[in-house]
Amino acid sequence: MAVPVEKVKVLVLGDSGVGKSSLVHLICQGEAMGNSAWTIGCNVDVKLHDYREEGTPHEKTFCVELWDVGGSINHSLSHSVFFNSAHGLVLVHDLTNRKSQENLRRWLGEVLSRDAGKKYSGEPDYDEEVFSENQLPALVIGTKMDRIPDSNLEEVLSRSSSVAGQCRADFINLDCMQNKHLAAGTTNAVKLSRFFDKVIERRYYTQDSRGRLGSQERRRPPSMTRTFSPTFVQEKID
Amino acid sequence: MSFLVDSCIMFTTQAFFFGFGWIFFMRQLFKDYEIHHRVVQLTFAVTFALSCTMFELIIFEIVGFLNSSSRYFHWKLDLYAMLFSLIFLLPFYIAYFIVSNLRFVQSLQRRRLIVWLTVGVWLTFMYFFWKLGDPFPILSAKHGIFSIEQGISRVGVIGVTLMALLSGFGAVNCPYTYMEYFLRHVTDTDIQSHERRLLQNMEIILTKKKRIALAKRETRQAQAGSGTQRSAGIWGMLKNVTTSSPAGENVRQLQQDVDALEELSRQLFLEVVDLHEQRERIAYSKTLKGKYFNIMGYFFSLYCMWKIFISTVNIVFDRVGKTDPITRGIEIVVVYFGIQFDVKFWSQHISFLLVGILIVTSIRGLLITMTKFFYAIASSKSSNIIVLLFAEIMGMYFISSVLLMRMNMPEEYRLIITEVLGDLQFNFYHRWFDVIFLVSALSSIGFLYLAHKQAPEKHMMQNMY
Repeated sequence: MAVPVEKVKVLVLGDSGVGKSSLVHLICQGEAMGNSAWTIGCNVDVKLHDYREEGTPHEKTFCVELWDVGGSINHSLSHSVFFNSAHGLVLVHDLTNRKSQENLRRWLGEVLSRDAGKKYSGEPDYDEEVFSENQLPALVIGTKMDRIPDSNLEEVLSRSSSVAGQCRADFINLDCMQNKHLAAGTTNAVKLSRFFDKVIERRYYTQDSRGRLGSQERRRPPSMTRTFSPTFVQEKID
Repeated sequence: MSFLVDSCIMFTTQAFFFGFGWIFFMRQLFKDYEIHHRVVQLTFAVTFALSCTMFELIIFEIVGFLNSSSRYFHWKLDLYAMLFSLIFLLPFYIAYFIVSNLRFVQSLQRRRLIVWLTVGVWLTFMYFFWKLGDPFPILSAKHGIFSIEQGISRVGVIGVTLMALLSGFGAVNCPYTYMEYFLRHVTDTDIQSHERRLLQNMEIILTKKKRIALAKRETRQAQAGSGTQRSAGIWGMLKNVTTSSPAGENVRQLQQDVDALEELSRQLFLEVVDLHEQRERIAYSKTLKGKYFNIMGYFFSLYCMWKIFISTVNIVFDRVGKTDPITRGIEIVVVYFGIQFDVKFWSQHISFLLVGILIVTSIRGLLITMTKFFYAIASSKSSNIIVLLFAEIMGMYFISSVLLMRMNMPEEYRLIITEVLGDLQFNFYHRWFDVIFLVSALSSIGFLYLAHKQAPEKHMMQNMY
């Protein structure tokens, strides 16, 4: 009965308390999580994603593993255990806390330097060089949108695009406690599934990896390369 | 005229301390959080500045800087300001932030309700604070209700308890952390095998979750597919129940397995963290700084044992030290070794040095401990409350250290503290410190011993055989 479903590994990173576990629960179970405790180590969850290749009607189910790594400072020596062989990154920051967005740079640096085998030094020049070499598809998500008073909303949302711009990634702003923010058909859900498509393509369908389904010659269409999309979601809270 | 000059000097130094507290708050404590309420930062910096002023006045007392009457005036001013902030300002703000974080208050969204609740909580705090004075023999009956002694005595009790707890734990933990003797031997293969076990556990969890997700999807598709054919009535219901139950049970069983495995993965991760920390410590101990701290660790362990012994003696024999260590040291040198020197001159300089070192180490120690605790327990919701609690603890701690420091100074310098703090039963505080110190040190020894025995490598050894 066991259908061999192929898998990709996506890391969910961010500071402690930004809402990574709630986000992963919302994505995988489709409903908001009631209570949340601090993540010790790593919470993993899976989402079955149907990938349709460009130009073919053929759909294949992939299993996206979301590794939600606990962000507390006390355990910072041991995070890198979970970072090996990741195929995609989801960077989570808290819209009510500006510092959590700035710390995303540090997280990204840690993951990339682990891949390159170097020790992360945390200097700005190093960041630029490291980011430009970034081959992993990335998505930046801002949480706790409901906590911002309406008067600050515009300013906060425009500020949240800066890190995403640096990493040349797409971004979403939402509230993990409301199901409708990731309901099927919304812009958020579309962006999320586009991100998963990117990750799967990178892993299985590019020229570097072994050929699958005869797509060895296929290049990724230009629309799928990483361009900075200025659209961001302004879901009004009721 | 000189009073004006003295006040200017005092206010300049206070502004300097305020700036330091402000920057410390911004750079160290709130490193990862955005500051939404400036008032929290302000209150913290003000409390820090007032505490440092107290210490500064003691140093001025010893050195003889500034006019005596202006020193006295500034002491009084500073103490009143500290008491106001510790008893009124800080508890009020703490109550305000706690109340505004409560969920049912957030849903109601009414400002006046928040203010009234805050006042209520603050009154409760005042009641308990007042009652604190009853079981302890700290006051004589001749003091009025609003005198400075009422406030200081109660603040002193809380502060001395905190000091003794921290001292006790610190005295035991310090040699344990510094000395190489206690380092557990950890090899790279230990760490790698632990990491491998952890990752294998993750793989198993993932496989099971994948099966759950596939099973759920199948039931969803089956239900959707048979939705049109679903017959109403008894037979249809029975059929639905029987057809969906095998997959349902399967999912439940898998979910239970997953929960157990997740618990296991958390424990494995904590062991890996512990091993990483041990490896860091071993690497650090090979450096020059590490070796230096290792030697210091031996001295500290001697000091710790002596302190425990002395506290026990004090309690058992009901002994209260009358002379301070400086005068006694000088006495010993003069009487037994026969060396003659200018007692007054040397006692002033040595007390300046000793008291200065005590002050600097206690401020630095408290700030470092506070930062560590803050990183461990704060989250974005509770950061304001916790930092205000720390400001309160800091104020109480520093007032009590002034109280206890009195015993370390020669007679002529004790006068100002006795004059300003009023007629308190100082001996009680020293006895109370000894008791709590003893309790804290002994329980820390027990706790560390148990933790040391539970080392992960020992587990691995047992598993191998």
